[in-house]
Amino acid sequence: MTFLSDKALQRLRALTEAPDLSGTRYRLLERVARGGMGVVYAAQDVKLARRVALKILDHPDHSGDLSGRLIREARVLARLEHPGIVPVHDVGTLTDERVFYTMKFVEGLSLDDYAKRMESLPDRLRLFLQICDAVAFAHARGVLHRDLKPANIMVGSFGEVLVMDWGLAKVLSDAGRDHAQNRNAIVSQAIDGEFSASDNREDVAHVATNHGTVMGTPGYMSPEQAGGNVEALDARSDIFSLGAILKFLAEAPVENSVTKSSWMNKPLAAISAKAMAAHREDRYQNVSDFSAEVSNYLDGRPIKAYRESFLERSGRFYRRHNIAILLIAVYLLVRAILILFFRR
Amino acid sequence: MNKILIGVLLGAVLGAVDGMTSWFTPAVRAQLVGIIIGSTVKGIIAGVAIGFFARKVNSLALGIVFGLAVGFVLAFLVAYLQHGYYFQIILPGSLVGLIVGYATQRYGVRAPAMSAAR
Repeated sequence: MTFLSDKALQRLRALTEAPDLSGTRYRLLERVARGGMGVVYAAQDVKLARRVALKILDHPDHSGDLSGRLIREARVLARLEHPGIVPVHDVGTLTDERVFYTMKFVEGLSLDDYAKRMESLPDRLRLFLQICDAVAFAHARGVLHRDLKPANIMVGSFGEVLVMDWGLAKVLSDAGRDHAQNRNAIVSQAIDGEFSASDNREDVAHVATNHGTVMGTPGYMSPEQAGGNVEALDARSDIFSLGAILKFLAEAPVENSVTKSSWMNKPLAAISAKAMAAHREDRYQNVSDFSAEVSNYLDGRPIKAYRESFLERSGRFYRRHNIAILLIAVYLLVRAILILFFRR
Repeated sequence: MNKILIGVLLGAVLGAVDGMTSWFTPAVRAQLVGIIIGSTVKGIIAGVAIGFFARKVNSLALGIVFGLAVGFVLAFLVAYLQHGYYFQIILPGSLVGLIVGYATQRYGVRAPAMSAAR
């Protein structure tokens, strides 16, 4: 009996799992990633001659639940037009009834890997502020991400930050619906008739937010989310996750570096701890407040989360104005020398 | 704070301090008030010029160089009119210009851009 090698088996498996994209405008290139709900492939949009990322369900979904979720994810993305949120291009079904949607193909690294290459804390914090911008925008449109973590944040080749994987996103309210009405109407037209089971947005949202269902990633998930209390979730749950990301960015070591192991200091730890408070009332109440605090830290201004001693305040003042202080000191020194040597 | 205002305030304060130090020179102590007033006015003139420059040119290096040059020229003029004390007047005067040049670029807020579509 002849056994197939692991490599051959892997190739065979990939071939059998590869979706049949005939009848669509896309040509399959390679598998990029596998998530809880489906697989992401790199594909070529033949009409527009561009590379796209194609997210598709693992298997045909006869109940319609997972299909509904995927469609809902695409709709959520469609209403979030922001430079920090990956844009969706198209939704559709394959001949085997599997639902898919396409989005921008982001060439870059996940924050997990990218952070290891960032050798300065200010760069990491500026990147964090870009993440906050995207999340604040989503919140303003009434959307919670609910699965913010470094693996779901991509940093492109030009340093652009994109928040990915909105599969667990929850639509909180009708906020922003009017704003995105036209765009959603187009998406609805594209998918109506194809997905009768997932036609109603509220039904879809209900499928994705059943009470008692724990969804998220340990370590980045707020206590209320971990407790399965889905109805109680609000923007402050995402703020908890952002606090965990801030902690990760401050603590993630630089690749191949032996000099600096962590940038975490008392003020930064206080900001992160406030964002990750067990009770959401104790956290920052919105992303703007949180990012303002990080921004203040970055600019050497006082922060609300940490009460500093006189020495710490003086040190921060000196760090912020060191050149001006040195220039004035030089001026006074020159004056003193002139008085001493030219007094007559 | 607006760049011209920073230039004027800092120029006035440093100019006044510059003038006050002449108290340590007994030979000119009798003209102390006049020196303080003159030095303050010189600081204000330097501050206005440096502030205007900072509003037009947004560059820390150029701001410092311009400040140094303005401080030097004004101090030289004062020393020339006094017929002496060149070193004692020009060196700190130039430094004041340099500090004002730095401060206007570092701490001054750019004036809001005018709308292109009127």
